[in-house]
This record gives sequence, structure tokens and C-alpha cells, in this order.
Amino acid sequence: MTPVQISELLKSKFQSDVLYTVEFGGQVSVTVNKANILVIMKFLKASPELDFDYLVDLCGADYMGRKNDRFEVVYNLRSISHNHCIRIKAVVPENDCKIASVVGIWAGADWHERECFDMFGISFAGHPDLRRILMPEDWEGHPLRKDYPLKSDLGEAEWKGYKEVVETAERNKQYEVR
Amino acid sequence: MIIDGTTSLVEVEEGIKIIPGANTIVAALDKVVNWGRRSSIWPMTFGLACCAIEMMATGASHYDLDRFGVVFRGSPRQSDAIIIAGTLTKKMAPVVRTVYDQMPAPRYVIAMGSCACSGGIYNTYSTVQGVDTILPVDVYIPGCPPRPEALLEGLIKLQQLIDKEHFKWSRWR
Repeated sequence: MTPVQISELLKSKFQSDVLYTVEFGGQVSVTVNKANILVIMKFLKASPELDFDYLVDLCGADYMGRKNDRFEVVYNLRSISHNHCIRIKAVVPENDCKIASVVGIWAGADWHERECFDMFGISFAGHPDLRRILMPEDWEGHPLRKDYPLKSDLGEAEWKGYKEVVETAERNKQYEVR
Repeated sequence: MIIDGTTSLVEVEEGIKIIPGANTIVAALDKVVNWGRRSSIWPMTFGLACCAIEMMATGASHYDLDRFGVVFRGSPRQSDAIIIAGTLTKKMAPVVRTVYDQMPAPRYVIAMGSCACSGGIYNTYSTVQGVDTILPVDVYIPGCPPRPEALLEGLIKLQQLIDKEHFKWSRWR
């Protein structure tokens, strides 16, 4: 199936959930409501004519100040047997920053969802082990959000593990053999 | 061989004299200690990012660090120097500091590459802006990454630094 056909199929099947589709350069993105994301994903995986058996990537996006609903979770899907692909985007508003986890459908989503949680603070309901994956466990904030400070000086908000190391270094200077 | 009063010391290098035929050298202890130290800088096998690839190239046969007595060691307890080769993230900083704390004195730190010297292009929330915020750095090597020749130059600079040391061999410094 071509991506356009897949998006048409999704539109007819989930009329109330599909918000809009965008086609660009032969790639089709289908933006959907997050409420029924698990049903849509299960349909994409299970129906024999689609058979999306491979979750290529799962990532987040922050549209602060550009879209009404701030976040999107992007699923890049591929079917190895049919050799076709589609991109699904689920809208996640800031005041309700969570979405159902797809680990039950594609086990590979596990670390992708952890990364998305770490960087954007989107929590995935039903994830087996939702911890930070890149930043230290006790880090505060989610660095890929647009309102996160860009430059290195976090000031008072600095990670306490790093502050401790700098203090240790300062204290141990007197014992250095120079 | 019998040494009589007529045998005189021969200066073979500045400050180093030998007694001809007696298999003996006479020199300041500083000289001997510094010679030993500078001729066997054993750095910690420790790389953080792309600079480590260049460090490996320097250690391999084409550039051959071994000819300076630089042999990479697998344990901080056997190391004299640590080459901070690459971007140091804040999450990694406590680990690097621990490795450094495990090294016995005298110990030296070489900051290799822009990232280790100053944070480089990574002026971001996650990167340490220069390892000198957490370690006392002896030699800075600029470059992104520095060529193996630059690393060799850095190690030679460290050798020159060690050569100038004074009285660094006793507890009664």
C-alpha cells in the first residue's frame, strides 16, 4: 500500500480520532488524538494488509508557542513484509502530559519511551520501567523542552551531583602535591 | 679498577658527572628522580569521546608513544597521568574525579582537545566547561580533535614540566 492509501484507510476507520494528514515528499504523517492511540496502533500492527511489525523510531516534539497543544509523540512505523511505512503523530497537551505506552505492542518502544520521558517529561501510562535513561536519576527538568535554559550555566538549578564534585575538587586542592 | 686521587669526574650532561671506569654517576637527586619520572609517564587507559580515537592512534605503531616511555595502564593505581580525551559531561564528572582520586601522587592531568580544555562548542546544560573545574590540569592541548603530533607535543611539554620539578621526592619538601 502507498502511504496515502494507508492514511485514507486510517481516516475511514478512525474518523473521530484522525485530526489531519500531511503529505510531503512522498511521506505521509497522520496526526491523531492520543485518547485512542492504543487502538489505532493495535490495528496497524494486527491487520494483515498493513502488518506494521517494526517500530522504527519513537520520539517527542515540542511546539511551544507554535501550536495550541504543546507536545507531540511521533511514531515512525514500517512493515517489513509489505515494505511500506507511515508516520503517526499523537497530540499531547501540556496540562495532560501523558499518553498510553506502546511497549505491549512493540517491545522496542521501551527505551524510546524512556528517552522521550527523560527529554520532554511526557509520561507513558503502562510503561514497565519509566526511569530517566540519559540524564542522572536525580536531574531536575527535561532538557529538550523549549523553555529549558540553552546555555551551560544553570546557576542554582545545577545538578547536585555536579555541585558536589566541584566542591570536592575545591576542597582537595590543598592536598595536591605541587 | 682502583680509583686513585688523580681520577677526576667527567661531566657528561649538565649537572651529571661520571667517575671514569667506576660505573658510577654523581648527580643531584632531583635530576635522577626527574629523569626516571619523565621517561616513564604511564597514563590511565581512559577515553571519553572522539579524542580518544586520536589518542589510540597516537599509541599505535605509526606514532608510537612507547618510544617516550608512555605506556597505557589499565588501572588508576598504576598510572602517573590521566589524559582527559574528549567531552566531559556532568554525569561523567564524578566518575572522572573518582578515577583521579585513585591515582597515587605524583600524578598529572592532560586536557586533550577543545572540549576538555574549555567545553568547546558544547556550551550546554550537560557539559562541564573545562575539566579544570574539577581537576588540576597540567597541560592543555588545543584542537578538535588534536592531531597525534599535538598529543605528542603535549606529552613532551609534560616531560619538560617534570624536568623542572624540585624536591618532589620526599615528604620533607
